[in-house]
Amino acid sequence: MSSQAIARARRRADFAQVLREPVVVITILAIFAMLALFIIYPIYAVFRLSLTQDGGFSTAVYQDLFSRVRYVRSITNSILLGTVVATLATIVGFVFAFAIYRGGIRFRGFFQTMAILPIISPPFMFALSVILLFGRNGLITARLLGLDTSGIYGLPGLVLVQTINLFPIAYLTLSGILQGIDPDVETCAMNLGASRFTVFRTITLPLAKPGILAAWLVVFVSSMTDFGNPIMIGGSFDVLSVQAYLEFTGMGNLPRGAALAVLLLIPTVMVYFLQKYIMGRGSYATITGKSSKRGKPNSSPALRALLTVFCLGITVIVVLFYGTIIVGSFVRLWGVDWSFTLRHFNYSWDVGLSTLRNTIFLALIATPITALMGTAIAFLVMRKRFPGRNAMSLLAMLSYAIPGTAIGIGYVLAFNVAPFRWSGTAFILVTAYVFRHVPIAVESGIAALKQISPEIEESSTNLGASSARTFQNVTLPLIKPAFFAGATFSFVRSMTAISAIIFLVSARWNHVTVLILAQTEIMRLGVASVMSFILILIIMAVIGIMMKLTGLKRDQVFSSGQ
Amino acid sequence: MEQQTIDRSAAAEFAADPKDSRKPDYLVLKDIVKDFVDGSGGIVRAVNSVSLSVSKGEFVTLLGPSGCGKTTTLRMIAGFESPNGGTIHLDGKDITQVPPFQRNMPMVFQSYALFPHLTIFDNIAYGLKLRGVSREEMRHDVAVASQMVNLVGLEKRYPGELSGGQQQRVALARALVLKPDIILFDEPLSNLDAKLRIQTRTEIKRVQQLLGITALYVTHDQSEALSLSDQIVIMNKGEIVQQGPPEEIYNEPKTPFVSDFIGNANFLDGEVVDVQNDKVTISVDRAKFVLPASRCPRDIASGEAVLLSVKPEAIRVTGSAGAGAELTGKIDVSAFVGPITEYKIVFGDGIITALQPNRPGKTHVHRSGEEVALEFEMESLRAYRA
Repeated sequence: MSSQAIARARRRADFAQVLREPVVVITILAIFAMLALFIIYPIYAVFRLSLTQDGGFSTAVYQDLFSRVRYVRSITNSILLGTVVATLATIVGFVFAFAIYRGGIRFRGFFQTMAILPIISPPFMFALSVILLFGRNGLITARLLGLDTSGIYGLPGLVLVQTINLFPIAYLTLSGILQGIDPDVETCAMNLGASRFTVFRTITLPLAKPGILAAWLVVFVSSMTDFGNPIMIGGSFDVLSVQAYLEFTGMGNLPRGAALAVLLLIPTVMVYFLQKYIMGRGSYATITGKSSKRGKPNSSPALRALLTVFCLGITVIVVLFYGTIIVGSFVRLWGVDWSFTLRHFNYSWDVGLSTLRNTIFLALIATPITALMGTAIAFLVMRKRFPGRNAMSLLAMLSYAIPGTAIGIGYVLAFNVAPFRWSGTAFILVTAYVFRHVPIAVESGIAALKQISPEIEESSTNLGASSARTFQNVTLPLIKPAFFAGATFSFVRSMTAISAIIFLVSARWNHVTVLILAQTEIMRLGVASVMSFILILIIMAVIGIMMKLTGLKRDQVFSSGQ
Repeated sequence: MEQQTIDRSAAAEFAADPKDSRKPDYLVLKDIVKDFVDGSGGIVRAVNSVSLSVSKGEFVTLLGPSGCGKTTTLRMIAGFESPNGGTIHLDGKDITQVPPFQRNMPMVFQSYALFPHLTIFDNIAYGLKLRGVSREEMRHDVAVASQMVNLVGLEKRYPGELSGGQQQRVALARALVLKPDIILFDEPLSNLDAKLRIQTRTEIKRVQQLLGITALYVTHDQSEALSLSDQIVIMNKGEIVQQGPPEEIYNEPKTPFVSDFIGNANFLDGEVVDVQNDKVTISVDRAKFVLPASRCPRDIASGEAVLLSVKPEAIRVTGSAGAGAELTGKIDVSAFVGPITEYKIVFGDGIITALQPNRPGKTHVHRSGEEVALEFEMESLRAYRA
């Protein structure tokens, strides 16, 4: 037999085993059907519309796009922004990770918290802070410096806001990589005569290189797909995600909106899978034997002082951004009348309470579905062999790489028409949450399953349990921490969602982030601050409760937030 | 005194029906083949045409170096892998395509594979619950099984709170409580320290004998195989190379591989110089050995090159090399390990190993560099075609 024939025979035999368990077969088919309907079909609808004119295939929409400076500039702007932000955020993330895990700085716990805190903020909250601090009536620009400027709108403001917003992603990736490098290796290099800097240059940095590259790519994608910050302080600096939204919703030019979404989608999906490939291939960090796990800090006192000052500087910015929102909630009219007031709370209560209730309600419905489905996919992909297994994991992860803007447009195109006509329903919002965030649950499920010896599940099967029983009795209890961590973050993401959701909300089912954006646009910054503040409080409370109930550590929860 | 940890009265409750013990052909493997495709697309034949018959109540060990296909064979019997060819029958029924959870062949895993989130009681009761056993019966059976392997009092604990030896016994109890006709072991002792390994080995044998269970045991440790088995099946490169009772395997290895693997034999290059009736004369260096033809390859002829195997314990190191000694060597490394001394001796072109028993006051330990005279026990010599 040839090797292909054997591989085929093996696949047949494995599949025959799966076929004997109807529950498994039905689950696989149901998951494929849902992924096809809620991920592939909407994206197909976006492509189809962008490539159609007068009922036939045509590239006219794209030709038109590329002939207009405005749209070409939004492409180059998005790439420029992504490149600058990815570079800065990776540097900040690396310095933080190095300072904490190698630099031996003090107050590590505090700095760890500061380095991951921005990840739970709504995506536009820092933009709001920057407007309050550096805008035309900004505390710093207008009040302290006496400037009348709107220079913060555009590239400078976006770079500042996105760097602070996204460096935690780089930090989480890189701290994982640095923790995976056996300190004994570095100690050994020093023992062989390498200076601290030589150790860093010849050992630490090369080992961390795949992680650095991967972190850069993830931040790049996140920056390109960000919608909340650019729409608030992008000013005249046009980017793809905002342009797509404005064309699609504002101008009603659906084909052009779809085409812009496609142009956003292609690079992000490519970069996302490039990053997956690099992380999958290039980590030598884990192939070590028994380690003493007690690395001496690789730093001199001078370097430690420098690292501390750097981390402290970033921390001050983070605290300032949060503090501004809190202060802004209680100030009568920012920049004009600084007296204390609760009227923004009263107003928010009247205007936003039902929206907030609906937002929480829908997130609560979506969360368990997301977590269960993600865990089931992780189990099938890791532990079962069936045709399409790779396709399933690819599809499930794909929705992570697809920009929310493309998903939002796709859902409108696919489901606002017959036979679905789901526009304006709660169902469409919940579906968007579930399929946008299922990769979070899949990733944390896969990570957890990698830690569990397959022998434990085999032993359950051997004692007489079917796959479904084994999943229920053994797998699920064992990966409970990952399950809840995934659930927590799906919830956080659902609460802070905007880029896809903004296409799908209706008067009946609004989302609090959309409401905050609307308040900012009409310059009710106090109300926007109050709503952001409350959103943050709710998210923190939920994370706190989840950590208390499940005994999860902070790192376990936040590592699924990447 | 060794502590006896198997409770005989408890074991009596789980004992198999003695009337059909030693029923032949209870578990039968016929021409089992298993191929894997390796990372570069090449084919690896993990198991090649393995046929095997196990009688009821028998203790059979699959023994071989890592990668010989023994674990793959066991996993096919348990149903975790599907063979590419051949059939597996249990008690006359073809089970080749039966899914693993319907086979009722509990397995003791190398890692024990205890459920870390369940108590010891729930671990042992796991299989019973799946079989819909009533609460009282479950409680009773778990109690008996725990008593049998001396786990009483630990039922409320979690696996993480137990020592390695105790975890091992939970794994055993979890399998035994199902009152299986056959039980599978996948290197169950390899995670225990040396002393506990020998003690647990004895316990497994005792339980198996008391209950009359058929046991299929996979190991790479020849002393484990020799001490436990009724039958040893030696595997190499996916094939069975020899099978038989332990004494036969040990005393009459059919190939140099078996001789090396089971007895750590030394191999000397020799040449047949004379064949007469049933006596074969083989020369090694200056020395000549006369072997009965039964311990030489069939139809061996004068002038043929052979490998002469000699077990380390069959070489006597007899003091200084005086005049007239036929075989001499020079001690390379001398290692005193308590009951025996292990010598590496430069002999001819190579180095051979010799094990000498130590008796207090009577044994002289030779030092590295000493010239010594050697004597081979003729009964242990075997010749193979080179």
